[in-house]
Amino acid sequence: MSAAALLEVHDVAKRFRGLQAVDGVSFTVPRGGIVAIIGPNGAGKTTTFNLIAGVYAPDRGRILLDGVDISGFRPDQACHAGIGRTFQIVKPFGALSVLENVMVGALKNAADVAAARAQSLDILERLKLADKVDLVARSLTLPERKRLETARALATRPKILLLDEVMAGLRPTEVDAMVRSFRELADDTGLAILLTEHVMRAVMALSHHIVVLHHGQKICEGTPELVSRDPQVLQCYLGTSASRAAG
Amino acid sequence: MRAEALAGLRRREGVALALLAVALLAAPVVVNGYILSVLVLALFAAYFGTAWNLLTGFAGQLSLGHALYVGLGAYASAALFVRVGLPPWLGMIVGMAIAAAAGSIIGALSFRFGVTGVYFALLTIAFNEFTRILFDHFGWVGATSGLFLPVANRTHDNLWTLRGSPVMFYYLLLALTSAALLICHRLLNRRIGYYWQAIREDQEAAQALGINVFRTKLWAMALSAAMTALGGGVMAFYDNNLYPDTVFATGRSIEIITAPIIGGLGTLFGPILGAFVLTGLGEIMSWVSGSFHIDGLKQWCYGAALLAIVALQPSGLWPWLRSLLALGGGRR
Repeated sequence: MSAAALLEVHDVAKRFRGLQAVDGVSFTVPRGGIVAIIGPNGAGKTTTFNLIAGVYAPDRGRILLDGVDISGFRPDQACHAGIGRTFQIVKPFGALSVLENVMVGALKNAADVAAARAQSLDILERLKLADKVDLVARSLTLPERKRLETARALATRPKILLLDEVMAGLRPTEVDAMVRSFRELADDTGLAILLTEHVMRAVMALSHHIVVLHHGQKICEGTPELVSRDPQVLQCYLGTSASRAAG
Repeated sequence: MRAEALAGLRRREGVALALLAVALLAAPVVVNGYILSVLVLALFAAYFGTAWNLLTGFAGQLSLGHALYVGLGAYASAALFVRVGLPPWLGMIVGMAIAAAAGSIIGALSFRFGVTGVYFALLTIAFNEFTRILFDHFGWVGATSGLFLPVANRTHDNLWTLRGSPVMFYYLLLALTSAALLICHRLLNRRIGYYWQAIREDQEAAQALGINVFRTKLWAMALSAAMTALGGGVMAFYDNNLYPDTVFATGRSIEIITAPIIGGLGTLFGPILGAFVLTGLGEIMSWVSGSFHIDGLKQWCYGAALLAIVALQPSGLWPWLRSLLALGGGRR
């Protein structure tokens, strides 16, 4: 494990009843790094996310963020430690305005409500939701809700952002726009990003490093080029369309 | 353009609020004793509805047992007055503390063990019932034979001993309801208000944003319970008699929640509007059914009216009225 690693996941495992969802997975995310976890449905991607974000405590193994052991933290404690996350099925605060949604996140660090409002407006500007601030969140379209979800997580000023399938359901042009905004974000702020994604177009364009899970185990990791040529990966998951996207 | 529209809105809101204030302040001078007693009932409903709305409308935790806190406030202040000679207001402070503690214990038990939604609601009913039965056997406060306060001197108003005319109670309740409204308004615009609403909308997302859900919900329980208990204390000194079966009645818990639901759950003015509409409606129905001499007509008409309001304005009367009058205030 390199000293520069921001997030270190050591041999974590989680079992649900009879199902070993995650079985001894280890990987690291360096500062400013963009790492993708991919794998077929049921590979354990979302469970891995939930272990890092404190939704579940791992049965074994350790999770370190910036050297602090966060394994077994509650979600709010994980957030205070520096984990910002989005949900695969978006969870907007439907009756609140777009601005208020983001303010809830910003209030974690902001001195008062006015400061949270100012910070939130900046973040909404960056995620191209500035013209929607006064709308009620439930009136947003799906791509907008995904951006709102990201804006809200960013407002907590995380050290690492966990994006759980934020591209799912988006059109290719929307995916490209999201990829661009995450690239800018990582370049401008040095924020580390850990993402799970089915949209290979986004994974290949965005990530520096890819971890492949299958049946709860890591079967391969490396650069996008390396992973996309790995015969085991191709066999279990990537298939022809992804190979084409990797081009 | 936008600034002008906003200024116009502020002016309209200001005028509406000023008219309402004048009407409410002048009411006891204009109306007769019967209408005044109806207005007092409406203000009790408005006050209790506002306190309940803080927990259920803002923080999203459905309590169906708020009569518990009414009763704790009522019994604490009345019993301490009758038995110990403690002035009503000091007794009410004790009652608020007891109610806040009770609310915190119920909250802590539920939230620690993940009891949410309808199960939480059932638990609030259960605690309401336990306490009623407990008070049925609590001799020091009169048990089932009731607790009585000395008859009020209706000619000399004394705010300190809470002995006086309905007019005094009217103005006292008006002040308390206004204060409750102001407190809710302030809290909503603070950190905790945002956190409550976030939890109401999606607890999991709220927790992921760093909110300590347990502590934040507990605050809502304690505050709502204490506010309710204060109203209970005033009610004890207005009614002058307390029986466990009426004070802790589950029916009262349901009455408390009807006004905010009809007026607009989670809005600031909804519980107050709902209280006045429902109390007025109830009285009109009594009068109508009385003149037709048909048993049960009142309940039937009242039920039909509730049904109509819920069917036509499911988000409550206040959001509808606000847009009708072109008032601002966002969604609240």
